[in-house]
Amino acid sequence: MSFINLKDKVVQVKIVYYGPGRGGKTTNLEYINRRFKDQIQSEMVSLKTHGDRTLFFDFLPFDMGQIKGFDIKIQLYTVPGQVKYNATRKLVLKGVDGLVFVADAQQQMREKNIRSLNQLHENLLDFKESIFRIPLVMQYNKVDLRNQGVPILPTNILEKDLNSKLKVPSFEASALTGYNVPESLKKIISLTVMHIQKKLS
Amino acid sequence: MNYGVVSQEQLEKMDEILTEKLIKIGVDCVIIIDMAGNIITAKDNGKNKYDVYSFAALAAGNFATVDAMAKLVGEQEFSLLFHKGTDANIHFSKVDEELLLISMFGKDISLGFLRLNVVEAIEEIRKLWA
Repeated sequence: MSFINLKDKVVQVKIVYYGPGRGGKTTNLEYINRRFKDQIQSEMVSLKTHGDRTLFFDFLPFDMGQIKGFDIKIQLYTVPGQVKYNATRKLVLKGVDGLVFVADAQQQMREKNIRSLNQLHENLLDFKESIFRIPLVMQYNKVDLRNQGVPILPTNILEKDLNSKLKVPSFEASALTGYNVPESLKKIISLTVMHIQKKLS
Repeated sequence: MNYGVVSQEQLEKMDEILTEKLIKIGVDCVIIIDMAGNIITAKDNGKNKYDVYSFAALAAGNFATVDAMAKLVGEQEFSLLFHKGTDANIHFSKVDEELLLISMFGKDISLGFLRLNVVEAIEEIRKLWA
């Protein structure tokens, strides 16, 4: 849940990048950190294992400027993607305002994407949130691998697998090159801010 | 308790309590955060500047982790959470189910004295929502 400070006119918004392991959630944040250096005042925090996998979360605070006189502070988080870390994934989801689901578009990852999305649905229910209500953006990551001959799922299959019921905005993306990374971010920020405004009015 | 929107008056009173009870006895920095890692308010002595936003995210994660560990050994919660360093120490205390008070202090204050003041500060903060 967002926190609104009426004294200093600051709104803090929590956006979580969720998805299967090795899908590119951390890479999304690393790209944002490089690209929007001016709007980021502090270092990106990464809690990872020796093997460079996310152990708990990555955290990146992001200043969005002002809306209606309020300073919007976006807090970007990732979750650990590996199946065994669901307990920590749930901890990070607490108080989430908006989500980017980073799916891995490689053919071999098809089932893992679906499982991860199902688990997100269940985890949100534990916080009395619904995947159908919370602002959500789908990102089909790693489409750049297509050029290297890696079998990539066509977007219509990914849409059918992951987005046929949710019907949320979706992007093909490449977190490594940055393709559609800012677009996904902008979309989730605008959806989330609109959602908060609606809740308040 | 609905803390999602905190009124200006509540925030000002909270700042007053934190200054009076903690900053004045020599605490370097006090932060109140919610369990999602948002900062409700932060006060410091003007000398030490911490990156409070990253701190809040990590502290919320840390507290949640310790809470989960408590449940694994059959405890309701570990009520005292304290990290001791050579020059700096951090003390965590739950205000209620949603809020956490974090104090950062040096070696000039004893842990016991700090804990007494934290308890008093928390009692007063709780009254703001009563």
